Amino acid sequence: MLLPPRASRPSRAAVRPLVLLPIALLLGACGTPADRRPVIGLITKTETNPFFVKLKEGAETAATAKGAILRSGAGRNDGDNAGQVSALENQVAAGARAILISASDAKAIVPAIRKARGAGVLVIALDSPTDPMDATDAFFGTDNFKAGELIGAYAKARLGDTPAKIVMIDLVPGNPTGAQRHNGFLSGFGLASLDRSHNDLATPPEVVCSGDGIGDQSKAQTVMENCLQQHPEANVVYTVNEPSGAGAWNALQKAGRASGVVLVSIDGGCRGVQDVADGKIAATAQQYPLRMAELGVEAAMQFITTGAKPSGFQDTGVALVAVTPAAGVTSLSTTEGAQRCWGTK
Amino acid sequence: MNRVRTLGPLLALLAACAFFAVQSSRFLTGENISLIVQQVMVVGVLAIGQSLVILTAGIDLSCGMVMALGGVVMSLLATRAGCSPAVAIAGGVGVTTVAGFVNGLLITRIKLPPFIVTLGTMNIAFALTQLVSKSQSITDLPPLLTVLGDTVRVGRTPIAYGAVAMLLLYALAWWLLRETAGGRHVYAVGNAPEAARLSGIATTRVLLTVYVLAGACYGVAALLGIARTGVGDPQAGQTENLDTVTAVVLGGTSLFGGRGVILGSLVGALIVGVFRNGLTLMGVSSIWQILVTGVLVILSVAVDRSSGGSR
Repeated sequence: MLLPPRASRPSRAAVRPLVLLPIALLLGACGTPADRRPVIGLITKTETNPFFVKLKEGAETAATAKGAILRSGAGRNDGDNAGQVSALENQVAAGARAILISASDAKAIVPAIRKARGAGVLVIALDSPTDPMDATDAFFGTDNFKAGELIGAYAKARLGDTPAKIVMIDLVPGNPTGAQRHNGFLSGFGLASLDRSHNDLATPPEVVCSGDGIGDQSKAQTVMENCLQQHPEANVVYTVNEPSGAGAWNALQKAGRASGVVLVSIDGGCRGVQDVADGKIAATAQQYPLRMAELGVEAAMQFITTGAKPSGFQDTGVALVAVTPAAGVTSLSTTEGAQRCWGTK
Repeated sequence: MNRVRTLGPLLALLAACAFFAVQSSRFLTGENISLIVQQVMVVGVLAIGQSLVILTAGIDLSCGMVMALGGVVMSLLATRAGCSPAVAIAGGVGVTTVAGFVNGLLITRIKLPPFIVTLGTMNIAFALTQLVSKSQSITDLPPLLTVLGDTVRVGRTPIAYGAVAMLLLYALAWWLLRETAGGRHVYAVGNAPEAARLSGIATTRVLLTVYVLAGACYGVAALLGIARTGVGDPQAGQTENLDTVTAVVLGGTSLFGGRGVILGSLVGALIVGVFRNGLTLMGVSSIWQILVTGVLVILSVAVDRSSGGSR
């Protein structure tokens, strides 16, 4: 059921030499003066997800401002590792000195990244870390565990002393981002959880039902509907992203449970912030793709001009957006959240 | 063995229901059953189109993406283009019907295999969906687009209008296939196209009609999808092509064409829905539902083979 809908095609790697050779000969024969601006590569998970559209926009603006050319590429759908590997190889071949990448498959991308780094290219992970994390020179992104903690603490503050009956709508099994958000939420809520290094999902007894919505609105709705059948008494709902949040809200509303449940989410997209303003989602943790892109391009230019490499994890920030502030948890208003949101306002 | 084909899926569905009824007291309630039907209505209606195509020994990989395109078109017409909701729905169904017509034309006139044609149109429909919608979900839809998601209470059981629409469509398709000459011709074309042609059946026209009707079904499914989620979603339909093939095969229809009862596809879709719901009620990971589905698919095809479905 989780198979990619589009069938595979003949390996591009096998075809590439045949295609590239004549093209290279043709280009070599031409006398156009080469563009001397340095090339920075950006590889996103998809071309269509609004989050990555914003990331790319930010990277393009930053690269132009700093006198570099941005070459971007992406997989066809989330999870398309082969597409990302091809994009990476093509960018190295195109002379990129630094590459920023949001890996679709944290592990499978690693050999291709090692090869690129072996060729002297700086590789920075944006938004999603690789596994192991040190396969890239540095990782710039949201602290997903912290994002989870923020909405967990918020939900706990809103619920007060009422015993928690939590429904958790997760991403897919084994995904580091999904696991950090999930475990961060539980830890922020003050429940038994796993620390940020785990890719497993903690399930303390307060979690009455959970399921994978793969970040998709209609699938998340189905999970929530089924959970409500067995546990109509649920009073807290965690969703891994805002489309899942919208799906969960649909299910709650149809079951007549639109009020009396604290529904929290993560992302900070414009539609999600709007859902917070409309009272569908109680609070969301907002992340900042523009900041990731700017920092990434800055570090790439630094490397290209001086050879200095960034290292380790750089937190690009996360903030809670809520209509009703809760005691002990700092939050932005939805107006502030909407000013900083990504996607179409 | 033919009785195995028709009754086997139904027995599997009943056995699954009995199992989950024992496991969870909340399974066998009107509300829960109604919910399962609502959860399968999109795949169920898509599977009507897929069944027609598979009965002719074809396959339609484009159904989910064509549905997404139709859904996005009707949402955009109703919001940004300012059309009346009825016109918007007609426009969306029109687009999916045209997509079916294009599939049919390429298959019958240029004689390309259905697998290849629909692989192509699947990609085209996906790209068009993204281009037309700029990959953004479309919200604030008029009530007429979401009315099929509303429910009416019969006693204590909520019945969704969309679920009723799906059942009516199945009844119609069942009657057409069983009682009309055109319907019998679909089986004949799927069983032995050459023999059908020689016996005077306009096989090309039968095939073309099947793909056009399938396209229209995808348009109805698009409307149901919108009704369920309340948005026009450009990311919809990405797993539905294989989900519908699963439903059709679980329902006992032969992938080799010419054999099967369309109501089986509804049973097939329900089997998947019942496992997903039942396992959640039991608190078991939904990954198990996927595993069970895989096993059942292989079992179904094995039954099909042993009953002479392979050639």
